[in-house]
Amino acid sequence: MPSTYYTKEHEWVKIEGNIATVGITDFAAHQLGDVTFVELPATGKSVKQFEVLCAIESVKAASDIYAPVSGKVVSVNEALETTPEIVNESAEAAAWMACLEMADSSEVNKLMSREQYDEFLKGL
Amino acid sequence: MQLIYEKSVPARRAVRMPSSDVPAAAMLPRELLRSEPADLPELSELDVVRHFTQLSRRNIGVDTTFYPLGSCTMKYNAKSLEDGARISAPFHPMIALLPGGESCAQGSLAMLHHMGELLAEITGMDEVTCQPLAGAHGEMTGIMLIAAYHRAKGNKKKYVIVPDSSHGTNPASAAMVGYEIVTIPTAPYGDMDLDAFRAALNDEVAAVMMTCPNTLGLFNPHIKEICDLAHSVDAMVYYDGANLNAILGQVRPGDVGFDVVHVNLHKTFGTPHGAGGPGSGPVGVKKALVPFLPMPRVIKRNDASFGVETGNPQSIGRTANFFGNFGVMAKAYAYILMLGREGLIDASEKAVLNANYVMARLKDLYEVPYDQTCMHECVFSAARQMQHDVHAIDIAKFLIDKGYHPPTVYFPLIVKEAIMIEPTETESKETLDEFIAVMREAAETAETDPAALKLAPLTTPVSRLDETKAAREQNVCFT
Repeated sequence: MPSTYYTKEHEWVKIEGNIATVGITDFAAHQLGDVTFVELPATGKSVKQFEVLCAIESVKAASDIYAPVSGKVVSVNEALETTPEIVNESAEAAAWMACLEMADSSEVNKLMSREQYDEFLKGL
Repeated sequence: MQLIYEKSVPARRAVRMPSSDVPAAAMLPRELLRSEPADLPELSELDVVRHFTQLSRRNIGVDTTFYPLGSCTMKYNAKSLEDGARISAPFHPMIALLPGGESCAQGSLAMLHHMGELLAEITGMDEVTCQPLAGAHGEMTGIMLIAAYHRAKGNKKKYVIVPDSSHGTNPASAAMVGYEIVTIPTAPYGDMDLDAFRAALNDEVAAVMMTCPNTLGLFNPHIKEICDLAHSVDAMVYYDGANLNAILGQVRPGDVGFDVVHVNLHKTFGTPHGAGGPGSGPVGVKKALVPFLPMPRVIKRNDASFGVETGNPQSIGRTANFFGNFGVMAKAYAYILMLGREGLIDASEKAVLNANYVMARLKDLYEVPYDQTCMHECVFSAARQMQHDVHAIDIAKFLIDKGYHPPTVYFPLIVKEAIMIEPTETESKETLDEFIAVMREAAETAETDPAALKLAPLTTPVSRLDETKAAREQNVCFT
């Protein structure tokens, strides 16, 4: 059973085995407005939890995307390079950004569940 | 309006040159010659003059309209300052770099030296280099100086701390010099969260970069404490001078504890900006950093003559050719001398008064997320207008229709739907009142007819641009 977790920086991460798929939430995509560019991480890059994974640009702002868990980038969603608008259309599914090979599965304990994230959004 | 290439008519010429009687083609190596003629527009001189005059009439500037672009200090550039540049132009100090050239450039070297002294006096620093060519260039120079200082002392430093309200160039400059960036969030009172700062501060922190007043237009009451804390781990404190216009003659960054300062001459000292530039970003430092300043350095000798020091093994080297943008310095020098001490103090006070006046007259209609007495700029949020689906961008476009350059929108990033207004000291109460009336009209229209705001601007040569398409499909070639 895959399970999905969320960060305070509005990333989601879906865990399947030791593979973590990362993207930004619908809330984040809405806040950014029309996305114009996604700077994907390099395959093979290693990141620590909550460090910068890659970056995203919209008509309003450029923002960093942080790694919800530590790991090594094993694949990226290349479709975003030519069609960044997918992020606005389907932030939490089709617009996944990278898959990480997770280094430490216990790190998900520092993340939020959907319910906790929704609660967190209400407080913003 | 047609592009100049569209106006082109084959064989039409502005100037008919006599045919060359020099066999130039024979003298140039074949690989340097064009294989086909350059694709240049062909027009008469009058066509060209009309084209560019028409373009200039579509341009917006401080000379044509109120330009309250926050964080950019778009103050009026007095025409007399142009004279300063014109008079000094034939006396460029680069001649001092020729063997024996110093004696021919005493006047301009004296000006550069005095400019450094004036900026050092204004910022409370020990010495100033005028080389950097812009604010961000000054930032990078400043961080390079800090890095050189730490290297010389054998300090192992890894991080530069910036608040999340900082100008994007701050983290960018520090990253360019090789540091990792630590971002500190803003506390509810509108400044860097002190507890988070304390938690992030350690022996590996090379520098803390602060803008004071910050990009919310607020003066940080804890600034001295922040400087003291940074110094306790031998971290240098960097002052981003973007908002210096708020504090001229009121407080000096050096007195508060800052170690490095950059000054934007094109913001604070009345010289043109960006495309109207070039800019200039002198950097001031405290004594500990003086040995690392860029070369060549203008010095005053014991016999009161001026010279150029070029050899210093600890220097970070040259950051710009020929002492930086001398013409810009000449304008700013004229500005400082024209206003004098009292004038600069008065300029700051009026800049702050104007911003507070605008804030006070608009805060019943626009949300002020950090509601305090502001400095030289005030930051609103279009959050209330968002209830009618009107965004900061719509209000900005409406202002264009009313003849204004819009204020800064969507910055600082920590404010949702930010509208950042910096009137500067050079605007009269009448101008501010007219602008305030239009801002009030925009807020009213947001409630009564939000759709109308979505259509703006209607009075411009091109109406609302598809900014998303422009950013996604970056094809800027004319075909």
